[in-house]
Parts: sequence; structure tokens; C-alpha cells
Amino acid sequence: MTAMCDVAFLLLSFFIMTATAKQPEPKPVDTPASTVIDKLPDEGVAVITVGEKQAFLTIPGADVRRKTLERISAKYNVAFTEDEYKTFASMEGFGVPLNELKGLLKLEAAKRNEAGVQKGIPYDSINNQLGDWIKFTREAEKEKLDEEIAAGKEGVVYKDLDVAIKGDAKEDYPTIKRIIDILQEQKKNRFFLVTGLRDENF
Amino acid sequence: MAELNTGDGGGKKGKVRSKKSNPGVDLTAMVDLAFLLITFFMLTTTLAKPQSMPLAMPDKDPIDKTSTPIDESRLLTVLIGKDNKLMWYRGKFETPVEAPTEAVFGKDGIRKDLIKQIKIGKALAERDGKPEQGLIVNIKASDKASYKNLVDMLDEMAITHPQLYAIGDITPGEIDLLTKSGLY
Repeated sequence: MTAMCDVAFLLLSFFIMTATAKQPEPKPVDTPASTVIDKLPDEGVAVITVGEKQAFLTIPGADVRRKTLERISAKYNVAFTEDEYKTFASMEGFGVPLNELKGLLKLEAAKRNEAGVQKGIPYDSINNQLGDWIKFTREAEKEKLDEEIAAGKEGVVYKDLDVAIKGDAKEDYPTIKRIIDILQEQKKNRFFLVTGLRDENF
Repeated sequence: MAELNTGDGGGKKGKVRSKKSNPGVDLTAMVDLAFLLITFFMLTTTLAKPQSMPLAMPDKDPIDKTSTPIDESRLLTVLIGKDNKLMWYRGKFETPVEAPTEAVFGKDGIRKDLIKQIKIGKALAERDGKPEQGLIVNIKASDKASYKNLVDMLDEMAITHPQLYAIGDITPGEIDLLTKSGLY
């Protein structure tokens, strides 16, 4: 009995320690189910979340986020302060038009993910900010990898940034099609669709 | 079962102690809870990683413009309309080998048709002396389709394994066909 107790608590401590807290998402979506059981790669995946015609972007890695914002800042002529860079680097996912980004960065972390605060990155053909964000994220990821390779870090191989689309099951097809088109405009023909688990008897 | 041992652990000689009743502490509930938590953490840690479906789209403007024509009788087109309904035909749109047929999603709907068509496609490819080839499926979703429909269709592809599949753009003629059948 004592031994079993010990083992049980050892395992319990192990699982509690290794479990990572779920990051709050600005847009919780209900992904469609599929029988494909491939897992999404662990690191280096930019996730585009689409729900209710709104698009959100999750950029992997704090330094990549910072580099991306530097590029956005240069392209749209918007200057960001050092504090704003730091806040942005600590923010996982976001979904606001560029003119509202400063306002979002001023908010407290808990308030940012409240429903209705973020209303999506514009992705229409006239104001394709989402396309720019993805393009600059890819460039930033490349720069990061280049730096690592130049520094002689072991085990780093150059690969293009993986992109995953996490769409809501009820989202209509034209919206998703538009997102796919944005990716294809920058010759990103391979990407992932995030899905949920389907039961056996499908 | 589980008891704390409170027996005298070599008491001093000569001292006579009154015999105490053994206070047993029941650990069952605690261990139960511990195992419940273990189970919970084990399940949540492995399930948290999202699943994903890799998708490769054809290049929009390929540098290499030369394309090999494929046998159109091996080309199956699936049109996704509204209300989770779909329609499929094999061959050219104007002169289909197999006339447009309505179907629904799921294992009793499009799956049966697909398995049948894949067999036919395989037979056609073998007849032409290309046994490594087979049916080619072109998925065309209309504006009334939902994202779920698209993923369901891609899932069918992952289950039935045709030779190739791609997502294409729907043509006005095909939208007319869907409208006539009340699927648009």
C-alpha cells in the first residue's frame, strides 16, 4: 500500500509539473473533426484562427514576434515604443487592425482576450494586412534561423515557417478560401488545417 | 487494508504501557483521488496537442507550364452545395461518363460512391497500361458550403485514398447545375 501510494503521488507530481497551462485565445473556435490523427508540429507554426469572418494570428516565439512587428512598423510607418515591442513579444495571439494595435497593447493582459475586444485582422484584397503579417512572420522566422545557423547552433536546419489554419466548423467556405488564397499569393502552397478528433464509427 | 502502524517500536524496558487501541487511518480515499488526478493529467496532456491535416494546394501560376493531360474519364468532380449536400460526376462537365448524382456526407453516402469509383478508376488506368495511377478527385466547394464540408470531404480522401485529389474553383456551369438540383 505504501509503495503504491508513493508511486501514485510521484506520477501525480510528474504530470502536474509537465502539464502546461492552456494559453488563453482571443477567439475560441470549434474546429471540425477528422479521422487524420497527425499532430501539429510542436514549434514554429503560425496559426491563423478564423471564426465569424474574423481572422486572428498566432506568431510562434517572442523574438519572431518582435522581428515581425519591426517589419510591420517599417512598412506601415507606425513607430512603436520599446515597451510596446516587449508587450507584443509576450502576446501569443492577436487579431486587431493595425490602427488599433497600440490600443490593444495598452490594455492589461487579462482584458485583451475578453470577447469583443479584438475584432480580427483585415484580410480583404484592398486592405490585406493579414497577408503582410504572414509574409513578415515568414521573413522574421527566416532571419531567426539564419542568425542561429550563422552562430553555429547545432541541429538548426533551414525550413520555411509552417502555417496552420484553425477554422471554425461553421465558417463559410468563401472566408476560408480567401485565407487559402492569401497564402497562395505568397507561394505558400503547403499548410495545415487544424482539426479535432472524430469517433471511430465515421 | 491501509493502516498506519502505531505499534510500540521497542519501548523502554521495564516500563509497562497501557495497551492503546490501534487508530487505523484509511488511505483508500486519498489514493483514489491521487489516481483520479493522475488519470486526468495523463489524458489532458496527451490530448491537448491539436491534430492537423496537411494540405498541399496546386501552384497558382506554375513556372513549368507544361502539363500532362490526364484521362478525363478518370476525373471525378465533387461539387459541395448548401445544407451539407453534394453532387458528383465523372468525366467532362459537358459530356460526363457518369451523370451528376446527388449524395450526402458520411459512410453511407459519398464514401460508398467513392470506393466504387476508385475501383472503376483503377480498372480504367490498368486498361491504359498505367497500373500505378487511378482515380483523380477534384473537390469544388460552392460559396454556400461550410468549412466543415470541406474538411469532411478531405477526410473522405484520407479514408478512401484516390490517386490524387485537389481543391478546385467551381465554374458558373457547375453552379447552374447545383441551382437546378436545389443545392445552391
